[in-house]
Amino acid sequence: MNPAIPAPTIEYGTLAPLLVVFGAAVIGVLVEAFAPRYLRKAIHVPLTLLSLAGAFALVLLQVLRGQVPTAPAAMGAVAVDGPSLFIWGVILVLSFVCVLLINDEGHFVASAAAVPGSADEEEAESVSGGVGHTEVYPLVLFAVGGMLLFPASHDLLMMFVALEVMSLPLYLLCGLARRRRLLSQEASMKYFLLGAFSSAFFLYGTAMVYGYAGTVTLPGINRALSSGTGLDPLLMIGFALLGVGLLFKIGAAPFHAWKPDVYQGAPTPITALMASGTLVAAVGAVLRVFWVGLGNLDWNWRPVIWVVAALTMIVGSILAITQTEIKRMLAYSSIAHAGFLLVGVMATFGSAQQNAGSLKAILFYLAVYGITTVGAFAVVTLVRDPGGEAGHLSRWAGLGKRAPVLAGVFAFFLLAFAGIPLTSGFFGKYAVFAAALDSGTQVGDSMGGWMTGLVVVGVVASAIAAFFYVRVIVLMFFSEPAADGPAIAVPSMGTVAVIAVSLLVTVGVGLYPESVLGVADDAARSLFIR
Amino acid sequence: MESEIAQITQHTGGVIGSAWLMIAFPLLGAFILLVFNRFTNRWGHLLGVAMSLASFVVAVLAFFELIGFGEGERRRAVELYSFIPNMNIDMGLLIDPLSISFALLITGVGSLIHIYSIGYMSHDEHRRRFFAYLNLFVAAMLLLVLADNYVGLFIGWEGVGLASYLLIGFWQFKPSAAVAAKKAFVVNRVGDFGLLVGMFVIFTTYNTLSFAELKPIVEENGTTLAIGLLLLLGACGKSAQLPLQSWLLDAMEGPTPVSALIHAATMVTAGVYLVVRSGAYFFPEGSGAALAVAIVGAATLLAGAIIGCAKDDIKKGLAGSTMSQIGYMMLGAGLGPAGYAFAIGHLITHGFFKADLFLGAGSVMHGMNDEVDMRKYGGLAKYMKVTFATFFIGYLAIIGFPLLSGYFTKEGIIEAAMEHNQVLGWLAVLGAGITGFYMSRMVFMTFFGKKRWVEGAHPHESPLVMTLPLMILSVGALFLGGYLVMGGTLYTFLRPAVGGDPTPPVFHFASVPGAVTLALVAIGAAYAWMKYGRAEVPAVQPRGSFLTTFARRDLYGDALNESLFMRPGQWLTRIAVFFDNRGVDGLVNGLAAGIGGSSGRLRRLQTGFARTYALSIFIGAALLTGALLLVGTI
Repeated sequence: MNPAIPAPTIEYGTLAPLLVVFGAAVIGVLVEAFAPRYLRKAIHVPLTLLSLAGAFALVLLQVLRGQVPTAPAAMGAVAVDGPSLFIWGVILVLSFVCVLLINDEGHFVASAAAVPGSADEEEAESVSGGVGHTEVYPLVLFAVGGMLLFPASHDLLMMFVALEVMSLPLYLLCGLARRRRLLSQEASMKYFLLGAFSSAFFLYGTAMVYGYAGTVTLPGINRALSSGTGLDPLLMIGFALLGVGLLFKIGAAPFHAWKPDVYQGAPTPITALMASGTLVAAVGAVLRVFWVGLGNLDWNWRPVIWVVAALTMIVGSILAITQTEIKRMLAYSSIAHAGFLLVGVMATFGSAQQNAGSLKAILFYLAVYGITTVGAFAVVTLVRDPGGEAGHLSRWAGLGKRAPVLAGVFAFFLLAFAGIPLTSGFFGKYAVFAAALDSGTQVGDSMGGWMTGLVVVGVVASAIAAFFYVRVIVLMFFSEPAADGPAIAVPSMGTVAVIAVSLLVTVGVGLYPESVLGVADDAARSLFIR
Repeated sequence: MESEIAQITQHTGGVIGSAWLMIAFPLLGAFILLVFNRFTNRWGHLLGVAMSLASFVVAVLAFFELIGFGEGERRRAVELYSFIPNMNIDMGLLIDPLSISFALLITGVGSLIHIYSIGYMSHDEHRRRFFAYLNLFVAAMLLLVLADNYVGLFIGWEGVGLASYLLIGFWQFKPSAAVAAKKAFVVNRVGDFGLLVGMFVIFTTYNTLSFAELKPIVEENGTTLAIGLLLLLGACGKSAQLPLQSWLLDAMEGPTPVSALIHAATMVTAGVYLVVRSGAYFFPEGSGAALAVAIVGAATLLAGAIIGCAKDDIKKGLAGSTMSQIGYMMLGAGLGPAGYAFAIGHLITHGFFKADLFLGAGSVMHGMNDEVDMRKYGGLAKYMKVTFATFFIGYLAIIGFPLLSGYFTKEGIIEAAMEHNQVLGWLAVLGAGITGFYMSRMVFMTFFGKKRWVEGAHPHESPLVMTLPLMILSVGALFLGGYLVMGGTLYTFLRPAVGGDPTPPVFHFASVPGAVTLALVAIGAAYAWMKYGRAEVPAVQPRGSFLTTFARRDLYGDALNESLFMRPGQWLTRIAVFFDNRGVDGLVNGLAAGIGGSSGRLRRLQTGFARTYALSIFIGAALLTGALLLVGTI
């Protein structure tokens, strides 16, 4: 007799958003294989957008019905809880608007395999080179699926799989820029090498933690912590290596070096996706690992993360000052913001109430920062030189005179990044810093002082960051435009919609923060499933 | 305490529940006109008028709903949303007798001025933008008076400041207009700073900025006095009271409807609103802060009147008069609940007759090729009959001709001041006499006497779209005062919001101060007739006595500002620059250079080689692991 293998129970309803995205991605692959070339884009675009919208609707349905599960799904592998659902919603919205950007003509090369410097490459870069890779769409869907799964994984192996599902398509997508092919391929290669390197750390960390706890499920690890000695070297090494893998994805210092190079080289819509969606997913995963898996760990480790957070904020904002390339500057800005988010992560370890409070702050920050980022990159796609986007900051001089509306919108996004009141960015930063100060007073004397110190570092970093944001505004509005300045591309409907939505959210949330804050609060209240 | 103000009741539903529509309509109008700019050129002005009227309709409906409640329940708070949750600051509206009075004035007179502007601005190619700013102003002003906390009030306060700035400088191609706009902006900044610091002190002391949560104070102490004086500084800036009056005269560079709406009828009265609204909290009757308000008011009412005597520019004359009349309101507002009703009453009637006068002046200018010098008018009564008639009614109202609007409210303030402090009362009487002189001078120079027109002037009556608002406003100037004051109608209505004894003060038709006031007004008018009606008015300004020059130069207000603040300020900046270059720059530049330098140095770590990055990750991982192991062993 064969021994019976019990069939796993799968909660299809709960996991529906994931399944829709992955299902659509698989269909996308089939389309690539069987549909004629001229039809592919016509099928891909609605398929991709509909699946993302559908998944969002399913998330919404779960929330509205009040059916937020209290137990992990799929045999304890995936946890769909309040924070997960919020993060899913945010990622789905962000990826939807990013797909609208991707959909714009001219970002992607027709033949990624063309060798740099060859005749093939010239053809690939030319406008007559065809519609570009339509593989972009299923790849994006796979990446988005990975992003959804990453912060919802309930055990470390599932998380590793999600990490790879998210990253592999992104490595590829980075190399598909139509212009400046060499830079794009270099970005792709670097991202792949360093990503693989950091994944190895993550996997090694998983093994170490397994060695300590005898399980890879996050609640199992947490249980082992409460019964074990607590500060076993095996555990500490495992914790550190897991941290390396996760902090790499966030772009925290000193694991940030990939960000500027990759953000610069990748096609801008993909940069937008990475800077928004990936960051949201990675911060979600960090929260889950720290809070579900290591919740019972004595908080002695906090000084170490303290240093990482402070270093990230400082490195991000200081290095941004001397950048001369707009996308690199935004990349360093993204590093600085990752630091601000880590301040929030530091704040999540107090009483249950405190957890909900700072969790809310982080979720809010992720949502508003993500959408502003997409908007800013969308503007970047529109300022063009003959050879592609006008990347060098000197080319942006006097843009306020040539294209006042576009420059005004971009200036507004920059102010939101800087955290000026009446923009969403102000409330994001305010919420995170306030939560950090709160947790400091709750935890007690020694750590309270540490948290206050961290907030001070954060505020100083914000001041330094404000300098380079405002410098761009000054450049745009108070410098004479260059004689042969960049052309402003006529934006497609999609790009207009992306910029308009980002602007509306940034303004709207700035005036009425409670709109998103309320939703984030509801999501945070249910906390992560332990 | 019997004079305590009524409790604030939470309100949902009904028209009051949707009172935010009042603000939303004009805001939407401004948004559409500014965003879809030239696509709305053809119908933009109509949209602007419609939005203002819609807002007026909501205000009227809300008013009727409000008076449906019992007297003690007429303070309705409408919660909108949580604005800054961590500081417990919610955005909400407070509909009470005080705020609804303002809302009616703002939307009512505002709508009339919108309509008038269709005609007045018909030849301006930027008329659409003008209406957008007017709508923006109405929305901000409504937010100012309807907000149920100081934060909302402050946002509205800054909003009207912005609208005022934009509208004073509306013809920014004229350097004088651009300079005037900047001056208004800078002077207002001083006042706004006072208001802002006042709010900071309120928040740190009481931990709230909401009107519902602040408690009326029983006894004045140092903190409340400081708050009161800071708020008064804010009020002085916005309401052009001494010592922050200098911007208002220059603000006349804006189009005339702007002068009528913003710099006469509504915005400049925001200071009075601020004082009356904060009255129970920080200006209790008999307190030092209230006395300061009254003194500022009395001083300004005289200063404004004296300035008004010497101006040949019809709008600047009216601006001086506005200063003076707001001085009366401030004086009333410094007298506690007894004075509030008269102050607000004068504010409302002034809104009508001053708008009437300004729009009348605009109508004259419209017919005289935008000439503003009264020495180049003369004998216009025959040519602009409607304008003359309405202007004349406004004139009678402002000098306090018996039984017209201004008579009741101004006499009321004088009477209340007399009861309080004889000196202030007699100063107010004297001011009324001077008003009689300078307003008569204006009427005689403009409408009577010989024609002194420059060549090419063809005075003509303005179109109906301009004269109709004039007629409506002059009806208000005729009767509104009597209606509001007789029998204490306004007093009783306002009492739940501002406090006061249950029995309204009785209006005395025959009193010594009243008789003296009338006599002085008559003397002033007669003197004006002798000098400007019967006698020849020289077409060129004569040199005049020392006193005349004093008044012409705005009592040397600008000279004072320049020598007291501007020059020392410039010296201070020079000294500061000197030290800055020598001392501070070393530090700051050192810091900036340090950051920039470290940025440059750190940047070298970004080599572009994947192997370097991998090494940094490896070293980072090693450090992280090492640090955690170290922590683990502690």
